[in-house]
Amino acid sequence: MLQQLVTAGLTIVVGIAAAFGYFYGSNWLLDILFPAGAAGDRATRNIRRAAAIRPWLFLGPALLALALYLVYPVAESIWLSFHGPAGRQFVGLKNYIWFIGDANIHSALINNFLWLLVVPAASTFLGLVTAALTDRIGWGNIAKSLIFMPMAISFVGATVIWKFVYDYRAANQDQIGLLNALVTWLGGPPEAWITLPFWNNFFLMVILVWIQTGFAMVILSAALRGIPEETIEAAVLDGANGLQIFFKIMVPQIWGTIAVVWTTITITVLKVFDIVYAMTNGQWDTDVLANQMYTWMFEGGGDFGRGATIALVIMILVIPIMIWNIRNAKAEMEGR
Amino acid sequence: MFRIGGRKSPLVWAVHLSVLLLVVLWTVPTAGLFITSFRTADQIAVSGWWTALSSAEANGVTRTPDGASAKQVDGNYVVSGNVLKRGGSVAAFGWSSLHPKAFQPGQVAQLRDGATLTVKANGDYQWADSKPLEGSQRIFFTARTPPSFTLANYAHVLTANGMFRAFMNSLTVAVPSTVIPILIAAYAAFALAWMQFPGRALLIAVIVGLLVVPLQMSLIPLLTLYNDIGKATVVPDHSLIGRLIALSGLGLHSDDGKMIGLNPKSYLGIWLAHTGFGLPLAIYLLRNYMIGLPREIIESSRVDGATDFQIFRKIVLPLSFPALASFAIFQFLWTWNDLLVATVFLSHQESSLVMTGKLKDLLGSHGGQWEILAASAFISISVPLIVFFALQKYLVRGLLAGSVK
Repeated sequence: MLQQLVTAGLTIVVGIAAAFGYFYGSNWLLDILFPAGAAGDRATRNIRRAAAIRPWLFLGPALLALALYLVYPVAESIWLSFHGPAGRQFVGLKNYIWFIGDANIHSALINNFLWLLVVPAASTFLGLVTAALTDRIGWGNIAKSLIFMPMAISFVGATVIWKFVYDYRAANQDQIGLLNALVTWLGGPPEAWITLPFWNNFFLMVILVWIQTGFAMVILSAALRGIPEETIEAAVLDGANGLQIFFKIMVPQIWGTIAVVWTTITITVLKVFDIVYAMTNGQWDTDVLANQMYTWMFEGGGDFGRGATIALVIMILVIPIMIWNIRNAKAEMEGR
Repeated sequence: MFRIGGRKSPLVWAVHLSVLLLVVLWTVPTAGLFITSFRTADQIAVSGWWTALSSAEANGVTRTPDGASAKQVDGNYVVSGNVLKRGGSVAAFGWSSLHPKAFQPGQVAQLRDGATLTVKANGDYQWADSKPLEGSQRIFFTARTPPSFTLANYAHVLTANGMFRAFMNSLTVAVPSTVIPILIAAYAAFALAWMQFPGRALLIAVIVGLLVVPLQMSLIPLLTLYNDIGKATVVPDHSLIGRLIALSGLGLHSDDGKMIGLNPKSYLGIWLAHTGFGLPLAIYLLRNYMIGLPREIIESSRVDGATDFQIFRKIVLPLSFPALASFAIFQFLWTWNDLLVATVFLSHQESSLVMTGKLKDLLGSHGGQWEILAASAFISISVPLIVFFALQKYLVRGLLAGSVK
């Protein structure tokens, strides 16, 4: 263990030294190769050349890492999706045909669809409500901090926390899960929430909503504060009440931000893995695509072809959001 | 914002109450875990954590030993003992199941056959009569146990359970994975913000696109790549580089201890993977921040003859500290909390299991060692919670800058 810590420490030092060494050394080399102090025309030409090369020296390591860890895998996954379990034998469209016909995948797709429907909507709505409410009271910042807190907790940690909430004991015993204690206190029968067909999906979603609401709240709260005072003052003078001001004056002005929050959470939902993996591992019809992919990747010897196919489907689902983001970023850059 | 003109909305109490309700809903689950982690396995098994804060009352019944064993005290036959087995105090007692709480502790209860029964608050009882006692007497009582908490779960988890090891492993994964990408990203962000070159707009678009690429995509290709590299590299054991590899723990060893190549599941592998996955956000955040720095400062140092490299190091990097801090917090939380990347790129042995992996294993093992699970989970979330509460300002700032507007 000590060796491991020393290695980690050394890597940080070596990594930083290497990075500095690279940037410093390559710049130095560039100045040697194209000296700006050369005579006459040569100097101008050298400066121009050095200026053309230097950005790429700065970008080099980042581009290399991005290419290896994000761009190459996309290409490789496409290639793998046309190949068999070990990635060697060409199987044509077989993996895709399997994907379309497989019952487990269907169930995972339906669940994913439910997640996409519920979690972004619920988180954004709750985030908007908490943002609007906490902005109006003195201890709002403390409240915000506490609602934002689950953001820092890992999905697995959150799963453990909620396992204690959902725990089930037979009806004649004292319930130790909070939800069942509440239900029995109100006179209902205790339920094993996590195995309850169909509805168990929603109990898993609650965990993600619990985590993401804080994120939505923070962003939307900043947007609400950015609304020009005059528009609200005008509405007050016209006799609008609080709710009217909120829904008719404030919300329309932050649609852009709401869309950003919504899409960001949508992407998180598409990738959701840990919660399902740790809580049910897909049992009781709670599977989602990301967990299916993991299952195909590792369990039962692994089938990289099918795993890659599922990964590609997740990627394809993300592409519309990706394009929308790029267009927004471009518009923003031109706006400057 | 709703108090324009000094008019306080009549709904203000409703607002306070709803926020209070939301806060309670959002914190109670975590509080439950926190309290549970200080309770013993017995307590967890029989009662909910919310009962831990108040004194617990439990009804019990016990039987005295047979009357034949009575001692003679001052001419009376007396059987004595204690009703409490686990400490606490007696709140009430009785001698019939119809009225189990009929008497206060210390009172003398008159039994039907003329004998008396008394139970003190500390649980001591006396069953006495002037004539020999017959059979044995049932005592009904209500025991009250004060709240009790224990640190034993934490002690057990940290010493015997391998959680300390997992904690160190998580730290080993998270810290370099946070530090390494920062410098690389800072240089790239500077180039994208302040240097002119063809293809810049396209590169920025690509990076915005890569922000949302699901990392699931990368797992299989990278794992195969790592495996191939591991198999293809044959390093002579006694060369300098071979020794360095052995020292750094990167080597893959055969059963007889000979190094046969590079280990595909090493810390170096996961550091680089986290670096790659974190770069798009890092570059995006830093570029957005750097482009907002005052143009005059940078232009005037250019005029004074400073090179790009000097401008970056002496002006842009120090000024970008808030953005660097924001990203560092994000990346640390993300790498500390990650389960998927660690499961794929680290071996599943006890010696290299990170905290999230350990928690997952504990969750999966049926038999429900809840006290272990609760303490382990709280240790694992305590680090991000400390980071969160200490550096929340930077986290919020980063979130606001990082969401694509």
